[in-house]
Amino acid sequence: MLAVENLKVSYGQSEVIHGLSFAVKPAEIVAIMGRNGMGKTTLMKSLMGIVPSSSGVIRIGDTPVQTLESFERVERGLAYVPQGRMIFSTMTVKENIETGLTVTGETEVPPQIYELFPVLLDMKGRRGGNLSGGQQQQLAIARALASRPKVLLLDEPTEGIQPSIIKEMARTLRRIRDDIGLSIVVSEQVLSFALDMADRVLVIERGEIAHEATRAGIDEAKVASFLSV
Amino acid sequence: MIGDYSYSEFFSILAMQGFAGLILFSVFVLMALGLAIIFGQMGVINMAHGEFMILGAYVTYLCSVVVTDYVPFLFPVYFFVAMALAFAASFGLGVLVEWALIRHLYRRPLDTLLATWGLSLALQQLYRSVFGAREVGVTLPDWMMGSISLGDAIEIPINGLFVMGLTMIIAAAVYFIMFRSSWGKRVRAVVQNRVMAGAVGINTKQVDRMTFGLGCGIAGIAGSAFTMIGSTGPTAGQLYIVDTFLVVVFGGAGSLIGTIASAFTISQAQSTLEFFLSGSMAKVLTLLTVVGILMLRPQGLFSLNIRR
Ligand SMILES: Nc1ncnc2c1ncn2[C@@H]1O[C@H](COP(=O)(O)OP(=O)(O)OP(=O)(O)O)[C@@H](O)[C@H]1O
Ligand SMILES: [Mg+2]
Repeated sequence: MLAVENLKVSYGQSEVIHGLSFAVKPAEIVAIMGRNGMGKTTLMKSLMGIVPSSSGVIRIGDTPVQTLESFERVERGLAYVPQGRMIFSTMTVKENIETGLTVTGETEVPPQIYELFPVLLDMKGRRGGNLSGGQQQQLAIARALASRPKVLLLDEPTEGIQPSIIKEMARTLRRIRDDIGLSIVVSEQVLSFALDMADRVLVIERGEIAHEATRAGIDEAKVASFLSV
Repeated sequence: MIGDYSYSEFFSILAMQGFAGLILFSVFVLMALGLAIIFGQMGVINMAHGEFMILGAYVTYLCSVVVTDYVPFLFPVYFFVAMALAFAASFGLGVLVEWALIRHLYRRPLDTLLATWGLSLALQQLYRSVFGAREVGVTLPDWMMGSISLGDAIEIPINGLFVMGLTMIIAAAVYFIMFRSSWGKRVRAVVQNRVMAGAVGINTKQVDRMTFGLGCGIAGIAGSAFTMIGSTGPTAGQLYIVDTFLVVVFGGAGSLIGTIASAFTISQAQSTLEFFLSGSMAKVLTLLTVVGILMLRPQGLFSLNIRR
């Protein structure tokens, strides 16, 4: 569904992603793990077209998208939940979700979204900026789902969220995957969350894939050793 | 008694000058709306905003001439057409300018300031070459002339009421577009976070272009209204740009109600003070008051209360 080949990304002179390749199958959940500063956010941003890639190919289905602008990638089926959520804080919850409808041309928020996140229905008239961190995270996911994506990118969704809610979030994301059959790429530092939800785990270290394991064959101790400093 | 005037005379003067200030108020509101929309959307301070207004004024003038010469029976309603055309012309020029100039300078506020200032000079010269240096005026249809009398001392100019009515309709329309339409939602999303707006699927460049055009188009309508209080010349826009900045800052950037309240206060203050003092004294007093209030309330009259 999503294929990345030999992707390189630099900030000015310093290259942060050095020729990364991986593929995500339809309805697969892939966790990208790595310590702080290893390039997870940079990878997500370059997939999304926020940071330009210097070489390599990014494909959604069969369509190469690496030269397209962000909004065109969303039209092709990519959706993004950034680290730090970045909801539109002066807009209401409902309006925030509706911004995601731009590419589908729908005018009403699909009811499934409120079913997944009932709390957003209760608060739909409130300004996004006045929600708690966890509620904002749900809002950011809802906004991304509104564009009916084929591939959902989540950058550290667990950051600043308490453990019980993290478990709940893993369940919700798996349920979304089962319901709509979309692929999910999630970057993560919390191993338990990744094990809860991912079908496959990739560890990146200094912009390269250092380790890869399926959920069944995962060697927890080995992955943990990559994540500890 | 106040000075040489009795109380009733004094209040009649206040009311008269107040109503006389209606057109100035309308021009301020429209100009400030356009300027604030553009600034809010892309952080561009459009120094050429006055020239977009004057374009609208020239279009109105052309309309009046053409209609008088060729289709005189339409003269009574030409002003509506003129306003629409003024909007269209300024909108079109705005879109063109955004495409040719502004979009290359985003995130470089000083450069846009210089570029739009240069644009304003260029446009002034263009107007001078095309329309001549002499100021031109429009003739209003009869039904817009004259005034309604209230009591024996107070007269309300009809064109003032007309323009104010139209301004309110346009302000309402802008409010509707910004806060109720899906297009406005996109604009607000881009204003809040351009990168994220792109990442939820909004074509931010297109939104920029249309918003710039909209802001300029509203200035064009202001130009139509302006023809009723001043004569149109190549540099007439310059006189309004500073006052408009004042209105925007005083009202609190980003607040529609604030803009209207501030335009009202400033136009009324100028209009009434002008009666009692000289024009420049009136300006100085207004300016000092506004600066004083801004020192107490730096965010302007109105602002949103929100965690950011
Ligand atoms: N805008 C930027 N300009 C220059 N260097 C940057 C920029 N953004 C990130 N970097 C560098 O790129 C590297 C990777 O950063 P990135 O944000 O992708 O890491 P991350 O894996 O997401 O870390 P974290 O877990 O802390 O979010 C870091 O060394 C960082 O300093
Ligand atoms: Mg990160």
